[in-house]
Amino acid sequence: MALLEIRNVVRRFADFTAVDGVSLQVEAGEFFTLLGPSGCGKTTLLRMIAGFDAPDEGELLLDGQSLRGIPPEHRPIHTVFQSYALFPHLTVAENVAFPLRMAKVAPDDIRRRVQDALEAVHLSEKQRHLPHELSGGQKQRVALARGLVNRPRLLLLDEPLGALDAKLREEMQMELINLQKNVGITFVFVTHSQAEALALSHRIAVMNRGHVEQLDEPSRLYSFPRNRFVADFIGKINMLEAAVLRSTAEALVLDVAGVGEVWAPALPAVAAGQRGMFAVRPEQVRIQSGEVAPAGVGHNQVHGRVLDFLYIGDVTTYLVELANGTRLEALLPNTAPGRAKFFEADDPVTLTWSSQVGVFLDA
Amino acid sequence: MRRSPLLWAVALAVYAFLYIPLVVVVLYSFNDSRLNAEWVGFTLHWYRVLLNDGEMLEAGANSLLIAFVSATFATLLGTMSGIAMHRFKLRALPLLVITPVAMPEILLGVSLLIFFVQVLNFTLGLFSVLIAHITFCVGFVAIVVRARLAGMDESIFEASRDLGASPWQTFRLITFPLILPGVIAGALMAFTLSIDDFVITFFTAGVGVHTLPLQIYSMIKIAVTPEVNAVSTLLMTLTLGMIIVASRFAPDALKGAA
Ligand SMILES: Nc1ncnc2c1ncn2[C@@H]1O[C@H](COP(=O)(O)OP(=O)(O)OP(=O)(O)O)[C@@H](O)[C@H]1O
Ligand SMILES: [Mg+2]
Repeated sequence: MALLEIRNVVRRFADFTAVDGVSLQVEAGEFFTLLGPSGCGKTTLLRMIAGFDAPDEGELLLDGQSLRGIPPEHRPIHTVFQSYALFPHLTVAENVAFPLRMAKVAPDDIRRRVQDALEAVHLSEKQRHLPHELSGGQKQRVALARGLVNRPRLLLLDEPLGALDAKLREEMQMELINLQKNVGITFVFVTHSQAEALALSHRIAVMNRGHVEQLDEPSRLYSFPRNRFVADFIGKINMLEAAVLRSTAEALVLDVAGVGEVWAPALPAVAAGQRGMFAVRPEQVRIQSGEVAPAGVGHNQVHGRVLDFLYIGDVTTYLVELANGTRLEALLPNTAPGRAKFFEADDPVTLTWSSQVGVFLDA
Repeated sequence: MRRSPLLWAVALAVYAFLYIPLVVVVLYSFNDSRLNAEWVGFTLHWYRVLLNDGEMLEAGANSLLIAFVSATFATLLGTMSGIAMHRFKLRALPLLVITPVAMPEILLGVSLLIFFVQVLNFTLGLFSVLIAHITFCVGFVAIVVRARLAGMDESIFEASRDLGASPWQTFRLITFPLILPGVIAGALMAFTLSIDDFVITFFTAGVGVHTLPLQIYSMIKIAVTPEVNAVSTLLMTLTLGMIIVASRFAPDALKGAA
């Protein structure tokens, strides 16, 4: 049985539907992420799980028991707020001790467990400080320690790294992964950063306009987006208009605008004649100089000219224009030292990609 | 920033106008003369007279009692309405609570008088004064408490519930300690407002009770003796002390409200 089950949950504000029929299950021990653009209903969903808000329709179940009517203080679920929400008049140690005091844990145990929790987030020497004397990253750690100390069944984290700078963010991501692994508590993590979601999660639910577009493991989400929204939201991707020529058990043969015949991984649900988009990641597209002769059936390739390139350091992205004006991006790692690029603007090039990569999106 | 000499002069004149009379009152309370006219010499005579003036002492005791009781009730009610105004975003509530603060005192006094005498058919006295004072003090306390809450991160109250505290525990352990400075400042304000209120007390006291301001007024109708200076000095000291303590607790709130 899933630890948390969300069944057809709907939440409306006046005439606006913030959460529109979400169903998903979170397994015990999982690092589960809700990913989506601003305003897609992530916080609203999280608040219903925590008990600050109630669904208009549908049901939330924890361990198979309905959460309906159970106030936040009686749910074994704790939240790490984006604003940290530390109690400003209590010291770091008192903040962390708060959930234990509420649970009527014996004072000696409280002291020991607060020490342990603060040690786990490397803040033992700050325990007598007040929250306003801490840096953003330190406040973040206190909020984490406070959320974890009483070992909730579920820890909800609403964009907990949102307020940190890039470097600290990366550090905290590492710590979060380790912390979750060590304590074994189920995390439901909210973010609108796809990179963060991919790096941290066991599974990700991509949300858009109040509903889940796709729920998958990071690598599957990245490689096999189910629709245009997911493909576009997660990472960079080339999208080209396409029509299905043949759909077999082994492969999908497409007619892609500006490229011609393209072989793509099979999709059972797709039938010949369907129109949609062919999507392929820049790093899956290889770039070679000159006009290479066609390699035969099942090898996708197209000629074009380099239009522009962007040197990022570890890689260079080339923007290639095809004969019909369509533009495609290809990525090349800069493995040779001191070389920023392998091609100049206007160079004729050939783009190739395997028939095992890319997806056809009909929606 | 450089300030012009003119600005300095104006400011100085205004403060002189405000404070010189007060200083004169205080000085002449120590003057060894019946008249507030010329300085004769230092004495504590007028304070001795004050201590033997039964009526004045009774009025003083009344004032302290009224101020204490009405500050207590106004603080209770004002704190609750301050929290309610913050929590429930009702439009009418702030209007209802704060209007008495902005209303001319004379209007409040007259309408309370009419209300007590004609509507309730009430004998004016200590009780009616208390009700009146509580009424006009509640708004001040509510404003200070609300101002304190307004500056706070809303999610800390949710965090408290989230971490296992009941609504009552959340109030006791989180909300109350955080608004306490505002509550204390509000209570001190209510006390000072009550103790030196004249207009509203005048209309609602009837013949039954005398408060210090009423007593002083009836004395100076006859003649201004330095005893008035003495009692004024004491009242002023008390008020000043309260304001200083109040501003310690909620400097921001007080700046906004007073
Ligand atoms: N109490 C409310 N009353 C009215 N509308 C609300 C309320 N709470 C949320 N909404 C609306 O619901 C939508 C979803 O809000 P929500 O806070 O869940 O978004 P989010 O996915 O968390 O976005 P972000 O990434 O910006 O935090 C928004 O359009 C918001 O305006
Ligand atoms: Mg949000």
